[in-house]
Amino acid sequence: MKRIVISIAVLAAPLLAAENATFLIRNATVHPVSAPKMENASVLVVGGKIADVGAKLAVKGKVRVIEGKGLHVYPGMIDSGSPIGLSEISSVRETVDTGELGDFNPQLRAIVAVNPESEAIPVTRANGITAVMATPGAIGGRGSGGGIISGQMSLMNLNGWTWEEMEIRPGAALQMTWPVIVSGGGRMGSARMGARQTTFAEAKRNQEQRVQKLREFFEEARRYQAAKAAGAAGFQPDLKFEAMLPVLAGKLPVMVFAAREREIREAVAWAEKERVKLVLAGVRRPGQMTAEIAKKKIPVILGSTFATPLEEDDPYDEPFALPGLLVKAGVKVAFASFGTQFARNLPYEASQAVPFGLPYDEALKSVTLNAAEIWGVADRYGSVEKGKVADLIVTDGDPLEIQTQIKFMYIRGEQVDLESKHTRLYKKYLARP
Amino acid sequence: MRALTLLFMLAGLAAAQNVTVIQNGIIHTVTQGTFTGSIVIRDGKIAEVGEKVMTPLGAKIVDAGGKHVMPGIIDCHTHIALDSINEGTISVSSMVDAGEMLNPDSKSIYQALAGGVTTANSLHGSANSIGGRNVLFKTRWGQNADGLLFKQAKPSLKIALGENVKRAGNAQGFQMPGTQSNLRYPGTRMGVEDVIRDAFTRAREYQKELKEYEAKRARGETALPVRRDLQLEPLVEVLEGKRLVHAHCYRADEILMLMRIFDDFGIKGVTYQHVLEGYKVAKEIAARGDGASTFSDWWNYKVEAADAIPYNAAIMQKKGVLVSLNSDDASGAELMRRLNTEAAKVMKYGGVTEDEALAMITINPAKQMQIDKWVGSIEVGKDADIVIYDKNPLSMYSKVEKVFIEGKQYFDRDNDLTARPKVEAQKKGLMQKEKETEKRNMPQTRRTS
Repeated sequence: MKRIVISIAVLAAPLLAAENATFLIRNATVHPVSAPKMENASVLVVGGKIADVGAKLAVKGKVRVIEGKGLHVYPGMIDSGSPIGLSEISSVRETVDTGELGDFNPQLRAIVAVNPESEAIPVTRANGITAVMATPGAIGGRGSGGGIISGQMSLMNLNGWTWEEMEIRPGAALQMTWPVIVSGGGRMGSARMGARQTTFAEAKRNQEQRVQKLREFFEEARRYQAAKAAGAAGFQPDLKFEAMLPVLAGKLPVMVFAAREREIREAVAWAEKERVKLVLAGVRRPGQMTAEIAKKKIPVILGSTFATPLEEDDPYDEPFALPGLLVKAGVKVAFASFGTQFARNLPYEASQAVPFGLPYDEALKSVTLNAAEIWGVADRYGSVEKGKVADLIVTDGDPLEIQTQIKFMYIRGEQVDLESKHTRLYKKYLARP
Repeated sequence: MRALTLLFMLAGLAAAQNVTVIQNGIIHTVTQGTFTGSIVIRDGKIAEVGEKVMTPLGAKIVDAGGKHVMPGIIDCHTHIALDSINEGTISVSSMVDAGEMLNPDSKSIYQALAGGVTTANSLHGSANSIGGRNVLFKTRWGQNADGLLFKQAKPSLKIALGENVKRAGNAQGFQMPGTQSNLRYPGTRMGVEDVIRDAFTRAREYQKELKEYEAKRARGETALPVRRDLQLEPLVEVLEGKRLVHAHCYRADEILMLMRIFDDFGIKGVTYQHVLEGYKVAKEIAARGDGASTFSDWWNYKVEAADAIPYNAAIMQKKGVLVSLNSDDASGAELMRRLNTEAAKVMKYGGVTEDEALAMITINPAKQMQIDKWVGSIEVGKDADIVIYDKNPLSMYSKVEKVFIEGKQYFDRDNDLTARPKVEAQKKGLMQKEKETEKRNMPQTRRTS
């Protein structure tokens, strides 16, 4: 008897999930992103996938209907870089798992350290973000590490009981930081922090040495690749080099942080020489390299629209204007929060650039379809199109505008809870007598 | 008689030269509603506001047709333009003054101005229980430090609680057992209470001595003057209501603790800063009539911010607390440039109205700092501190076009854009010159070394 009950439960579970992931949203304004918006349109989801999008959809049998009058349907947004789940309270090292020791860690996988119960997950979801590129290395602050190759970024959904269930693409790219010339100086510079002042010549030499180390690491990886292919005698597997094989084959992109023109030039030249599929990140002052990035079709992950200008005498709106300038030059951009605290503000990173020259449609793409294309999942994610995974948000307006509320969210067609610790504490203390 | 009339006429003409009219804007007065109309500015003050106004002959006209006009933004808590922020070597550093560190050349002043901020309160840091004196100024870019000051305003003092204060009282990393020589008391929240109570107790004694001395002198008795105590003097001013308090705090327990100290010493005029768990003790804050100046959506960046929620401002507001939003910017005016959309977040999280949201960055901080007589809303008689946006300032798609302080235009986006090539050329020229100087000096340097 016991056995029978179990088998029924096992059978029922997938059925139930499929039934949950089947519904029709009707009479809504649908924003496919890949095509112009459609008024009074419907989206049919069957078994977690978008079965159809259109004005009048033929629906077979009984389907759960969500009335979308006055509401808007968008694809769920994608954050192209965040240590979400790997970093809880940024100032407490024990809660931070980014930034491993060592310069070259291509074998590290961000997703295995993602805590699915992180408070940041529901908080971020509540603003319309359904997927995140989890980063093994953070940017600035504790847990940033000093490494050159931080590990593998993983594209994941913000829903699941375990990190395995959250996976979209476990190894979606390698995270790397181009070595920077760091010399002390300035009023708030390293001299004040008690560090020894280095001259520019010294700092440049240090940087060149680090770039040389990077070249040598790739050289060794190539020798490993050749030895493995040749079935050389005495060949011993090495996890670091094993992880480099898809990079050397040009299959796994490398996301390289490079802010200024000099670093960008070096990184682009290096990637070309090593035949590496390059994605640039954290670009701030591309200068003359803008046209070249566009010509070479190198995508850019932007992370700091809200930042202050890089240098004191830069125009006050320099970070606001950069996304528009890149897009006008023909560069494909996507946005990343590169943090957990403000990951929920990803849509506003994009809209902040709109009054300063970024076309609205591009802003919307930069947090949806562009990200899916850059990370190689555009066949399944990034837009509201027939055949794609039903990662959807239903809103009362433009999701890039702060005042807009996200009404419903679906991840793989499953309705996701928009409550979080924040809403629970809100309700509790609002009701305090 | 005729001479007198002529004199009046001349005076009228002269005045008209000092008159600016901002015409046909969508005016968010914040305190008296929103309507399409015009503002007459005379001698730096708002002389008239309404749907229809008298435009004096010879007045300078600013066309704001279709644009949004609001009072200059007030940031109740920032650290911009200070050359140093913390005197953290002692636990009570009320003898130091952040105002002496105000650097009028700091580009962050211009960045803040370009984001619509016209009044900024640069505070001493939060490294110690009682910090230094703060400096309130207007973003009159181009003026010297003295020219920036908000001179009519009451001065203020910084107090701080919690993790930042405790840090110097706790060993960082490995320490040999028994070595505590570099630690500074207090290292716990209990100690923080003790330090603050002790300081105000000493201040009350000092105040008593001063009063006794004054009384003796008044009676004609001979008396030894009291030795001036620069540490306790600002605390006496706090006790006497002559100096306001800005208190950095996070957790509900410590906020309550501080309120009870203030109750015991009869201290009023307090604004709790950050106050991220203010929503848990909103009733108690409201009962004291104190203010709260918070962030819109910061959270989890340290343990004491673990229960921070973006609904904080809205809950406190609903429970009767006077709430403002601040930037806490230090090295650059990052958040200061977009306090308008920070206000929009309180509409999203907690559903305050448009006017209530705008009040949190204008009239509310003005009231907290007791400068609402002069700034914080578009009302007749107030300083003409005015911002013109191309769209609704609560939208992500808006940007600042013009900023006026006391009727004088300090920011114009078009001028900023057209001046850029010139600034760029100037910079190139200076860098070239420096390179040449360096080259000239090089052989000399070699000889001497």
